[in-house]
Amino acid sequence: MTTARSMSTETNVDNGVNVTALLGARDALEKAPEAAQFKWRAGCEWLGGTHSRSTIGSFFGLGAEQSRDKTFKVEADHPQVFAAEDNAPTPVELVLSGLASCLTAGVAAVAQRRGIQLHSVKASLEADMDIQGILGIDDEVRNGFGAIRVHFDIQADASEDDIKALVAQSQKRSAVFDIITNPTNVFVTVN
Amino acid sequence: MKYATTIIIGAGQSGLAMSRHLTAHSIDHVVLERGEVANSWRTERWDSLRLLTPNWQSRLPGYAYAGDDPDGFMTMPDVVHFLQEYADVSAAPIVTGTRVRRVRQDDGGYELSTSQGPWRCRKLVIASGACNLAMIPSLATGLPANVASLTPMQYRRPDLLPDGNVMIVGASASGMQLAREIQASGRHVVLSVGEHVRMPRTYRGQDIQWWMDAIGAMDVRYDAMEDIERARRLPSLQLIGTPERVTIDLNSLRKAGVELVGRVVGLRDGKAQFSGSLANLCALADLKMNRLLASIDDWVNANGFAERFPAPCRHAPTDVGPETKLGLDLTAAGIGTVIWATGYRPDYSWLDVPVFDRKGRIRHDGGVVAAQGMYVMGLPFMRRRKSSFIDGAGDDAADLAAHLNHSLARAAA
Repeated sequence: MTTARSMSTETNVDNGVNVTALLGARDALEKAPEAAQFKWRAGCEWLGGTHSRSTIGSFFGLGAEQSRDKTFKVEADHPQVFAAEDNAPTPVELVLSGLASCLTAGVAAVAQRRGIQLHSVKASLEADMDIQGILGIDDEVRNGFGAIRVHFDIQADASEDDIKALVAQSQKRSAVFDIITNPTNVFVTVN
Repeated sequence: MKYATTIIIGAGQSGLAMSRHLTAHSIDHVVLERGEVANSWRTERWDSLRLLTPNWQSRLPGYAYAGDDPDGFMTMPDVVHFLQEYADVSAAPIVTGTRVRRVRQDDGGYELSTSQGPWRCRKLVIASGACNLAMIPSLATGLPANVASLTPMQYRRPDLLPDGNVMIVGASASGMQLAREIQASGRHVVLSVGEHVRMPRTYRGQDIQWWMDAIGAMDVRYDAMEDIERARRLPSLQLIGTPERVTIDLNSLRKAGVELVGRVVGLRDGKAQFSGSLANLCALADLKMNRLLASIDDWVNANGFAERFPAPCRHAPTDVGPETKLGLDLTAAGIGTVIWATGYRPDYSWLDVPVFDRKGRIRHDGGVVAAQGMYVMGLPFMRRRKSSFIDGAGDDAADLAAHLNHSLARAAA
């Protein structure tokens, strides 16, 4: 049951998240839902072996192309037990990193909105994978994770239940959590 | 053409409460009813359903439950009888068997086409209910042809279902109650659980509705809520009305053999796909329930009533098991029927006045619709948390009748 408690941001709490701007954007987008249509992009180039480098720069949103001052580069490779050179994390580890970062950002934003001062937020993640799937040994084994476990260790000026509620709300509003827990159509073309 | 100063559409609790107040204001009106009094309660509910609010809470202007079981829950025939008696003692000017087919703005008022000919009015009160249509997600089109698709409005009782096991989508009041009785009838039930509101039937010796009423939660106004749209979207509470006052929750259903899975997110090639977010939705519901119970405890302590009630307690967290299925082959699981308990919405297909938002909801300010002289009633959290409850019709009717009366007086001045 939602109660009518005030959700206004308390001035003495600073988690470095501009909630006022986020709430302003939410109000504006409720009135102009077409501006809420975003497109996220990444490019990727093979470097050799299982080593690749992704380049991440522009995106589309708020009805226009959005450019950044810089582009980001993210590399991926595979470890030596896969007979690779281990130049960078594996793509599945980057997926875990994406989930962790998304949930952590959400914890900060929700805490700011609820007037909770955070002191530290640490997440550790572990995912199960039966590599008989990717190796094609057993068709009944899926390629991806069997399960993901996330543990948060949070120090904050709040009760245990209020901290749990931050983490729960963060999952509820997390894009990466949704991407991982729900199916998505993927269309791949060549040349 | 027939005329009334005010026309109320619908003779349920909202329309009857409004009629009572208009009569008190001496405002000429009629109540147009497509069927009989309490039509939805008569014809669109399953056999075992009882009200989710105790008998004592069925309070309407100038009328209340007067039987010998104040803590019991009315069956549907009881509700129909209760409302029919209210209509009779109020001498409400009801025209039954009159279905409104179209409403248009006309000359400062409204013109209604009905199954019994046209009507005109200056003021229109839409009290036709919040649950006229069952909502079915678009992915339902992927259901295999050999699996029956039902809504709770079509469901009556387990033995009328086609053969086979049953997948119920949605774990609010309807889905939970249907899962309980269909599983108990000997069929296996798979329950797909999305966002839900967990609620114990009783707490510290009192019905949960008694507590919500006592702490003032039911009277919270729409303009006191920071995010009223979210409050209005809240799913119905996981409650059931039974003589034994049992609590229904995911733990009790799972113990009874119901298989819990996440929200349905895909249906293709005869297979259902479920979200992996179930554990979090249960955690959210547990936390929310505990916040409500804590606010009840706070109220008890603040008023010095701790000695009057049994000690606080907390329920076991929801346990969905170590691993819930992410997919289900409907044929292999012997699913003969899918029941979409995924919510209800009003039917305004007859309302030809531009008062809708982009989601097809009526734009209104606490029931005062964004069209001259038009009012709506009985929607979730319309003016107060209790607006969609029988117990909420009276206060909303009083406010809106006063508004309506004032605007008539102003026009006459």
